[in-house]
Amino acid sequence: MTAIVLDDVHKRFGQARALRGISARIAAGRLTGLVGPDGAGKTTLIRLMAGLLTPDQGQLRVAGLDPVQDSEVLAESVGYMPQRFGLYEDLTVQENLHLYAELRGVAKADYRATLDRLLAFTRLEPFTDRLAGRLSGGMKQKLGLACALITSPKVLLLDEPGVGVDPVSRQDLWRMVQALTGEGMAVVWATAYLEEAEQCEEVLLMNEGRLHFSGRPEALTERLRHRCFRLASAGDKRALLAQVLARPDVRDATIQGECVRVVLAEGTTGAGAALASLGEVSAAPPRFEDAFIDLLGGGPGGHSPLADRMPAVTTRGDRVSCRHLTRRFGDFVAADDVSFTVRPGEIMGLLGPNGAGKSTTFKMLCGLLKPSSGEARVAGVDLRHGASDAKLRLGYMAQKFSLYGLLSVRQNLSFYAGVYGLRGREKRARIREMIEGFQLEPLLDSAPDQLSLGFKQRLALACALMHRPPILFLDEPTSGVDPITRREFWTHINGLVSKGVTVLVTTHFMDEAEYCDRVALMYRGRVIALDTPDALKARAGQGASMEQAFIHLIEAQAHG
Amino acid sequence: MNASRLLAQVVKELLSLLRDPRARAILVLPPLLQLLIFSFAATLEVRNATIAVFNEDPGPAAEAFIAEVSHASFVGEVIRVHDSGHQRQLLEQGRVLLALHIPETFSRDRLAGAPATVQVLLNGQKANTAQVALGYLEAMALAQDGRVEPLVTRHDFNPNLIYRWYVVPSLSGILSMFIALVVTALSIARERELGTFDQLLVSPTTPLEIILAKCLPAVLVGFVMGTVMINAALWLFQVPFTGSLAWLALALLLFIVSVVGIGLMVSAIAETQQQAILGAFALGVPMVLLSGFATPVENMPVPLQWLAQAIPLTHFLVIVQGSFLKALPAGAVIAHLWPMALAAVVTLSAATFVVRRRLH
Repeated sequence: MTAIVLDDVHKRFGQARALRGISARIAAGRLTGLVGPDGAGKTTLIRLMAGLLTPDQGQLRVAGLDPVQDSEVLAESVGYMPQRFGLYEDLTVQENLHLYAELRGVAKADYRATLDRLLAFTRLEPFTDRLAGRLSGGMKQKLGLACALITSPKVLLLDEPGVGVDPVSRQDLWRMVQALTGEGMAVVWATAYLEEAEQCEEVLLMNEGRLHFSGRPEALTERLRHRCFRLASAGDKRALLAQVLARPDVRDATIQGECVRVVLAEGTTGAGAALASLGEVSAAPPRFEDAFIDLLGGGPGGHSPLADRMPAVTTRGDRVSCRHLTRRFGDFVAADDVSFTVRPGEIMGLLGPNGAGKSTTFKMLCGLLKPSSGEARVAGVDLRHGASDAKLRLGYMAQKFSLYGLLSVRQNLSFYAGVYGLRGREKRARIREMIEGFQLEPLLDSAPDQLSLGFKQRLALACALMHRPPILFLDEPTSGVDPITRREFWTHINGLVSKGVTVLVTTHFMDEAEYCDRVALMYRGRVIALDTPDALKARAGQGASMEQAFIHLIEAQAHG
Repeated sequence: MNASRLLAQVVKELLSLLRDPRARAILVLPPLLQLLIFSFAATLEVRNATIAVFNEDPGPAAEAFIAEVSHASFVGEVIRVHDSGHQRQLLEQGRVLLALHIPETFSRDRLAGAPATVQVLLNGQKANTAQVALGYLEAMALAQDGRVEPLVTRHDFNPNLIYRWYVVPSLSGILSMFIALVVTALSIARERELGTFDQLLVSPTTPLEIILAKCLPAVLVGFVMGTVMINAALWLFQVPFTGSLAWLALALLLFIVSVVGIGLMVSAIAETQQQAILGAFALGVPMVLLSGFATPVENMPVPLQWLAQAIPLTHFLVIVQGSFLKALPAGAVIAHLWPMALAAVVTLSAATFVVRRRLH
């Protein structure tokens, strides 16, 4: 049974073409993943299906209705959960549910039964009197889901429900949604995490407003069978990666723990044998992300023109460390007794869901936040008291790409060069270096807001590297970025690390942890494990993913 | 302090303020428009008032008095009523500013040379306007009595009491204060919202440099706008200027610097731009009310008078009004300059302190 029909749907916002002709069918009783990076058009498509936007061109039918003409009736059959569900943070769980029941016109007589059913389903019964604002990210999403399910819809539209939710809660959400499809509901789950796509029964893969694939995810990954390999070598994995990516028969390669994961180009003969000269080759199961990259024509090269221009870091002892670092906000302990040391020339990852304390720890390390107790040192200096020259050794790039929207690209570069005390010929030379290293030349007079996400990221990195810092702090640098841009970003970081730069990176993106030499897993303010990615995965058993490793460790904590 | 770091930030602040043509227009046009509108609207003169007259006296003296009142410049319309109920009703509905009740003995008393009384009922909701109108009426009543020559008042500095001469120079201070306040209040808060503030804080730049860099462009904008408005007062509204332009310029500069300090303090505390704007108005409006623009500082309770002395606008208004109308001597200007300088030092240090504390 088909629940949703999309027929050549177009939508544009001003100059931006959000959707460029999407045609697809979404089945009832199935979980359909709407997969793609930020800016792919997922939210636009979902809002069209929910009747909140009208298409410029093309037809939609949702549960047999036209979302625009039948908008009155549509509300009955469609449950919609936006990215940030409209929960009233000052109302309790119970009051939120009541409000939505009221708004959706649920008959008074059915109240009790409906609410009890939903509370039981989402397992929120113990928390009915808690304010929605006090719920964890995962519980907020469950409450949002409950509110969307109030009318028992035929179609459930979920816009990125997994964002910012810890892996355990995410697993819960998946189970709930799967139970719903069992009852015949059509569920659309939009996500930017490509690994989530593998868990869906059907997938619509989008990029830049176009539909690249629709069908079972296995059908896509199947194409890559016998083309994916794991390459292990005793030498430097980053050098190996660069070497692999330079080969013409390689479609894509990434670092995965101590190994390099390689996807060969189609029709490469002798497959694994070609790589054997580089290290020990073993076959690997294809992943959805591999398939996506393959569809888009392969990943970027492994060469960073920027890193070539940077001098090798000579000052040793540039390490980052913290001891018994604790930060309280009122009763809430955001970071609890955090201790670790980042060695020179190492990539260290702080991994954890939103609210785990990554950002708090990170901010204390770069001197943006005062610890309640404990100490943080960068290059032997506490940055809170640190003199300006200590800060010169630190590069910082934040998730939101701290660029001045009112200044042009050139003015942004010039500003950051100036703030780091560069002037005259040296300043011009450094700016030129960044423009060439990141190919920013044609964009110099545009505003940062007009740039694509990838270029915005390049510019932010350029601004952070202008003063050639030996230590680099990256706060969620690639969240929501498409996998190709993410690879490009890591190519630069890998290049810098090979020059001796030390990197501390926070991420809630489990896959990104694979790029790190060591990972500190954070959960509820504490570091629950600190080890190499391979060792962490091994703790959860053979062939486990980073996410499974995380869940395993959290559960071990709960039981121990 | 590092010159190239400071310069980079000043350039950044100027560009963020002035690069976008629309932002420039928003900065410049509304204050000028407000100056034009307020200088016509904000007046305490009473004009076109509607009054009620309840005359119980058939005599000629009453009619003469009524005729004179109806032709007075402050009266627009006269409603004749014939019973006190109607009169009360008009007052209650707020249709008239005041009601004049002439008793039947009025003409008789006048002829007899006895004091003739008239009852005036004022609409207390419009206390100020009604008081002013009462003043006019009293002057008229005095003139009616042929035997008494009413006192002639001469108003020094503004002989015709042209209200605009008072309002326009004051507005130049109030409006440029709001420009400087809003521009600075938004500046740090906007960076905090965008995330660029963290980026600044991890860079080698110091809190003092950040504050200085944010000061200069705001001072520039506030000073230029203040100057434009003072020029509008001079040339457009033809307000006579008797003082020293140099002293006034210096006063304007100090005034804007002290206001910028207040704005930066608000901005350093605010988490979001919304909070910053609310904060700017929460401070700006009371500052105007306590500055002596609308009501004399001397009429306020003593603690509020002290508070008024701490407000830069209070002092600037004295200087700007004095410079225009009464050739305020240098000594008097200086007496009001140093409190502004003190306020500037205090607020700017406080803003730097807050930024530094936020950092630590």
